[in-house]
Amino acid sequence: MKEVIVLAEHRRGELRDITLDLLAKGRQLAEKSGADLVAVVLGRGVEGLSVTLAGYADRVLVVEGDSLQNFNSDAYQTELAQIIAERQPLITLIGHTAFGLDLAPSLATQLDAALVTDCVDVDIDGERVTAVRPTYGGRVRASVALRGAANRIATIQSGNGPSPQARDNGGEIVKLPSRLAGDIPFKKFLEYVDSSAGEVDISQGEIIVSVGRGIGDPKNIPLVEDLAATLGGVLACSRPVVDKKWLPKARQVGISGKTVQPKLYLAIGISGAFQHVSAIKNAGMVVAINKDPNAPIFRVADYGIVGDLFTVVPALKERIVKARGGK
Amino acid sequence: MDIVVCVKRVPDLAEADIVIAKGQRDIEKDDLVFDINEWDSYAVEEAVLIKEKLGGSVTAITLGDDDAEEVLRRALAVGADNAIHLSDDAFEGGDAYTTARALAAAVRKIPFDLVLTGAQAGDDGYGQVGATLAEMLGIPHATLVTSIEVMGKVVRVHRELEAGLEEVLDIELPAMLTIQTGINEPRYVSIAGIRRVAKREIEMLGIKDLGLGEAEVGADGARLEIEKLFIPPASQKGEILQGSTDAVAEKLVGIFASKGWLA
Repeated sequence: MKEVIVLAEHRRGELRDITLDLLAKGRQLAEKSGADLVAVVLGRGVEGLSVTLAGYADRVLVVEGDSLQNFNSDAYQTELAQIIAERQPLITLIGHTAFGLDLAPSLATQLDAALVTDCVDVDIDGERVTAVRPTYGGRVRASVALRGAANRIATIQSGNGPSPQARDNGGEIVKLPSRLAGDIPFKKFLEYVDSSAGEVDISQGEIIVSVGRGIGDPKNIPLVEDLAATLGGVLACSRPVVDKKWLPKARQVGISGKTVQPKLYLAIGISGAFQHVSAIKNAGMVVAINKDPNAPIFRVADYGIVGDLFTVVPALKERIVKARGGK
Repeated sequence: MDIVVCVKRVPDLAEADIVIAKGQRDIEKDDLVFDINEWDSYAVEEAVLIKEKLGGSVTAITLGDDDAEEVLRRALAVGADNAIHLSDDAFEGGDAYTTARALAAAVRKIPFDLVLTGAQAGDDGYGQVGATLAEMLGIPHATLVTSIEVMGKVVRVHRELEAGLEEVLDIELPAMLTIQTGINEPRYVSIAGIRRVAKREIEMLGIKDLGLGEAEVGADGARLEIEKLFIPPASQKGEILQGSTDAVAEKLVGIFASKGWLA
């Protein structure tokens, strides 16, 4: 039986959401190709996760080992390369995440496999594997074909597909022995640290006024801070503002920062990279102010203003004060 | 500490009108402004910071056409000691895999303790060259690195995960690290600074120098073939408010008021 393999991603004992995206996509490809959907979980003490995965996959392959408890790309690569080499799946799906980005390229190179990263869609048609992925910062999409290799690996962007359907009969759980000889001596996991702890928790904000690269200079940030205060909202920002150390990481909205669900998200001078807009999916209303009419933020905005933030923001503030009767 | 840093010249697309070129395999690039890939600029700065602290050398490498030389000049201007330009017609049509293969052949020729590159490029965005190169060189890697501390034969690195979380790893040298934006504050490069390095020699290497065959690089060696580029369709979801600044501000405040947010 042909197989489509999905690598489960988990951290600190919990399955990550991307795993469900992968299972949904994997099921679609497996059905189309008449293949079994196989989930692979590597870790220590992952019985519970295996049972969850068996609700979606035809088969769950479990490898347990001390070196697999926390993600170590070398340990994972050793195990997964063996599994792929032995089973020769039609395709292996991995999340396009910090985990997948660290693992997939070296894994593909070891296996001499063709790799396509950051896919918003993948298709298999007989022997032919194609994918759609963003290029040029998400402003362009590319249809690509994988070629020149027996094995194929794709990393999948989160949140693009349907939810996976749990199945009535659970898949079989197969325990495989670890192939690791012992610890990975040259790469050791030490600990997790939270880099976004700070004086403010923007994830609880009801009204969020968020500033991006378009603000140009840190001395302009009070302009937006002022608008946030006028609206009774909290000030947040996109990644470039944190990269430039203009605001602390605690205020960053994005996959690597905070995910937010305010009733109003006001994006000012933010272009709207995938990393950013993924984290505002559950906002009640998105309003974007940007001078670039092509900025991707307008694709997700309920209301957009194409204009210079340095004139629009003061005008907005003035009207709000007036609407409130001068307060 | 001898450091190799791999850099790429990419178009800056902020506020640019993107036009898909005839044949749909590329975008029109004639009117675009190019610069060093943003992630790579952080990698160059990090390499120079480590060299300034510990001594050693920084070698910048790029693969690209004649214009790609400008990103090497930029690296030299901020403190790189050597520059290598991988240039060959045979590289045309290559992908991340063939780029890594050419870089690996070049890096093998020079002594190194650390290889750095940007976590991804602003154009293709594959995010795979660094870790692919590490595997080809047979050295350990870490991607999305936000902090590097050299401790003798080991580097302690922070990797950026999701939701504000980072993981801390110890990795033995020699190693390859891909650099995330924000790890440092890249120094300003003046035109005068670039002019000062205008005469510095840049080593040019083609596929023969690298010991590679034509079938191993470029379109022939690539694992990905771009079949079509397209602009994603605009969402029908939103409304762009039209009118003068005052008019659009008035409209938006009306919407806020109707939601009861200005009470």
